[in-house]
Amino acid sequence: MSQAGFFLILIAVLPFMGALLPGLMVRAGRTTSAVATATPTALALVMLIILSPRVLSGEVIQAELEWLPQLGLSASFFLDGLGLLFAGMILGVGLLITLYARFYLSSDDPMGQFYTYLLLFQGAMLGIVLSDNILLLLIFWELTSLSSFLLIGYWKHLPEGRQGARMALTVTGAGGLAMIGGMLILGNIVGSYNLTDILQAGDQIKASEWYLPALILILLGAFTKSAQFPFHFWLPHAMAAPTPVSAYLHSATMVKAGVFLMARMWPALAGTDAWFYIVASTGLVTMVLGAAIALFKDDLKALLAFSTVSHLGFLTMLLGFGTEAAAVAAVFHIINHLTFKAALFMTAGIVDHETHTRDIKRLGGLRHLMPVTFVIGTVAALSMAGIPLFNGFLSKEMMLEEASHTYWLGNPYIIPALATFGALLSVAYSLRFISHVFLGPVRDDYPHKPHDPQFGMWAAPGLLVVLVVIIGVAPFLAEGIVTAAADAVTGAHLHPHLKIWHGVTPALWMSIAAIVGGALLLSLHAPLDRIWNALRRPEAKDIFDALIARLVSATRWTTEITHNGAISRYLAIFTVASVWLGWVAYSGSGLSAPTRELLPVPAVIAVGWLLLIVATVSVVVMHHNRFRALVLIGIIGLSISAGFVYLSAPDLALTQISVETVTIMLLLLALHFMPQITPKESSLGLKIRDGFIALVAGGGVGAVAYAFLMRDVDTISGFHLANSYEGGGGTNVVNVILVDFRGYDTYGEIIVLGIAGLVIYALMNALLDGPAARRLKQVVYDYDRSRDRHPMMMVVVTRVLMPIAILVGVYIFLRGHNQPGGGFVAGLVIAIALLMQYMASGFAWTQERKRIEYHTMIGLGVVIAGLTGVGSWLAGAPFLTSSYTYIHLPPIEEFELATAMLFDLGVFLTVLGAVMLMLYSLSRIARFAGETVNVAPMDYDPGEQADDEEDK
Amino acid sequence: MEIIVASSVGVLTAGGVYLILRLRTFPVILGLALLSYAVNVFLFASGRLAINLSPILSKYGDATYTDPLPQALVLTAIVISFGMTAVLVMIALGAFLEAEDDRIDLDLVGEDDINGEDAGK
Repeated sequence: MSQAGFFLILIAVLPFMGALLPGLMVRAGRTTSAVATATPTALALVMLIILSPRVLSGEVIQAELEWLPQLGLSASFFLDGLGLLFAGMILGVGLLITLYARFYLSSDDPMGQFYTYLLLFQGAMLGIVLSDNILLLLIFWELTSLSSFLLIGYWKHLPEGRQGARMALTVTGAGGLAMIGGMLILGNIVGSYNLTDILQAGDQIKASEWYLPALILILLGAFTKSAQFPFHFWLPHAMAAPTPVSAYLHSATMVKAGVFLMARMWPALAGTDAWFYIVASTGLVTMVLGAAIALFKDDLKALLAFSTVSHLGFLTMLLGFGTEAAAVAAVFHIINHLTFKAALFMTAGIVDHETHTRDIKRLGGLRHLMPVTFVIGTVAALSMAGIPLFNGFLSKEMMLEEASHTYWLGNPYIIPALATFGALLSVAYSLRFISHVFLGPVRDDYPHKPHDPQFGMWAAPGLLVVLVVIIGVAPFLAEGIVTAAADAVTGAHLHPHLKIWHGVTPALWMSIAAIVGGALLLSLHAPLDRIWNALRRPEAKDIFDALIARLVSATRWTTEITHNGAISRYLAIFTVASVWLGWVAYSGSGLSAPTRELLPVPAVIAVGWLLLIVATVSVVVMHHNRFRALVLIGIIGLSISAGFVYLSAPDLALTQISVETVTIMLLLLALHFMPQITPKESSLGLKIRDGFIALVAGGGVGAVAYAFLMRDVDTISGFHLANSYEGGGGTNVVNVILVDFRGYDTYGEIIVLGIAGLVIYALMNALLDGPAARRLKQVVYDYDRSRDRHPMMMVVVTRVLMPIAILVGVYIFLRGHNQPGGGFVAGLVIAIALLMQYMASGFAWTQERKRIEYHTMIGLGVVIAGLTGVGSWLAGAPFLTSSYTYIHLPPIEEFELATAMLFDLGVFLTVLGAVMLMLYSLSRIARFAGETVNVAPMDYDPGEQADDEEDK
Repeated sequence: MEIIVASSVGVLTAGGVYLILRLRTFPVILGLALLSYAVNVFLFASGRLAINLSPILSKYGDATYTDPLPQALVLTAIVISFGMTAVLVMIALGAFLEAEDDRIDLDLVGEDDINGEDAGK
């Protein structure tokens, strides 16, 4: 990758890499934290500046990292004129905001958090403007919604902040979802998700029948993000955020993301009637409406918020015109709006910070008390009004010029008239900002005595208004970047000349009308304000809240129907849905002809089958008697084990039989503390319904099983059979698959089993701390109990059996690699041998003789299995590659040593530990329930009796 | 033989589904146990049935074997379903001991309890 490409990726990644720094550095002080934020931003900005000459000369810098090539998703970035403009804005304003926020936030605010969110947001924004892959762009798009949610809701104690954050997330998130759909359609039309490809395929896209749906969906994303009518309402509510956030997100960057997207997609989507009427009309309406509302807002930030809505409409309308000159004007206005609006927001923040109010009605006369702020605010507001010699004038003139010769449905007057009216309103509210805040007499009832803030706070807006004036006086300085960005938007080579004087044009007359009219309108503000307030206006927040409430009640209704807290309902829904899906799959293509013959059924198997069916039906019929049901379950398990033996699955038979034993013991232990009878409480209707569901499900599954049993299948098992001995060193292919071919799966499975054991242990501990313990102590055993709890015969027999059982376990373990057996079965067999001791001599007696904790055993097993896997790295092979050798020791037969055996040892230990821990946990409950603790191995010990007699 | 296996799977599934739709925890556990059997046999059968063809490699050269892969998968499935059953049993037991009721209709149980306790206080 070239050095430029490397820089580009670094620019995109730096904010994310630096995001945690401020949070960590904040302990070293607020300034340190701010510096830690500024460092990655500044570094990225320097790199961007290094790259900028090449971009300005028309080059496009690209860099690509493969991510998920199968999905057409790659981390590819590119930097052209438009990207350069936006990246510069994001990073430059980001630096200024970092500085401003350092002084704006009070010492009570968690500043580290703020800066971390800010960098996350900055990274997401940079990602949007630099992505060369629309899927990647979508990811960053959603990231901006999420990080802005965090920033808007930064003051968690303010309810408006939380509500505003939620509203912003809902609106922009919903738009983002729509946009995902649109982008996917676009990618499908073009056959590539690369932005550079899509931008070249404009004609193909516009010719496609999917053009309109894609356009509408993408515009929904852009309009919600850029607060276009009728989605404009979230922006003013997002103003509950701290002012640095408002200045950064809601004037300079995030709300411009929608505008950016429209500009980016301009070559692919613009130029059609649909584009013009949707985009230009929306922009026009938003511009006029936003400006009108702004004029009557008393909250400084709300005024600026609606003015931002209006200016975003201005930009949208220009992009909607679809001409090259309009694109130039839009790009130029993006820069101008950034400079004056960010400065105005910061000014409003300073006023708020110093006077403790943002209510225009309580302000006025601040020019004497805050002269520096007055100068900054006035210059920025005059630029917003579009007064000559400030930069806002230049782009407004270009807009009016474009509007003056644009027809709307063949009518030449609508757009120029409304555009002029919008400009007029803009003049009025800008002048109101100046006159009602700074001019007029000094008051003596400010909530706080104002004065100019320290330099650090006004430095950032000060720098911005210097730019306002420089561009306003010498616009040719901005020509380079505007040309590069406009070229990137239109895909053409433009030569715009930015100048102050265009001669006497229609635009000039419209401009004069706007300024004069605006000033007049302001002089009438007081009576107009009364009329405005008397009007009944639809309140967007109420509509939004009502809509959300409707949605919430609809989802609640669905939830209550389907999730009523009874698992039987979920399971019924799940079962019916699965059966239905199976039916859909079946009715789709039907079945091919059977290719296999039926195997014969010997009589003994038929008997076993009958046993299984009868037992199953009996469980269902007699499940009210729980103990009997358990016995029947045991019969079913044994029949299945026998079936495995017959059907060439000795390993499964062994496992099933030993698991069966342990399961039944476990259920018996649990049943001891639960009601012995299930009451008959299901109504007949419920029984019929459930019976019907069960029969349909059972019939379906049986039919599927029969269908595939009668047909051959391509299997990959040939590989396993062929390589089991050569590669894995074992002849029991099932075991070799477990410990070698699919050792990774097995490793995961023993971890799961170990976790299950620990979960049970933890549950039991939690249980014995709660009210259940009290209840357990009061258990009264009302049924007749055995008088001989630890019978001598059983004790003796289990003692004798123990070494034999362990020997069998070891044997099964050792032969596992070549003959049926292995770690799973061996673990279960030895667990049963140990359990027999518990049963014979009781919990306490056995527990005392236990040498190793079961937790340790689980841990040891997982570690051994893991280390065996890691060991193959030392040999330079992938995780869990096994190797083996044959050893010949003279007195015994030649035998094999395989690393797989070590892995199997891990399996063995984990299984043993988990099973023992589970049963151990249950028996501890028994002790709690007032079981007597025996210290002798058996109730009646003939040995002791003999000793006693000897003593006599 | 195929009919026997398929019908067993079907009957086990039907029994399991009926039991998991009951209103107490214990039958649900039994139902899940039946469903585990059904699923294990179902998966095992996906390797097709074979008699006397164990997947143990023979020393005597060319022999045919049954499909070992489903067997390996089912083997771990059996052990895991034991773990799952054990956790469920423990949760059911805990729920019963805490609430003195093993009904699974949470809404009804909750309302009864709350009302009863409030009335008591």
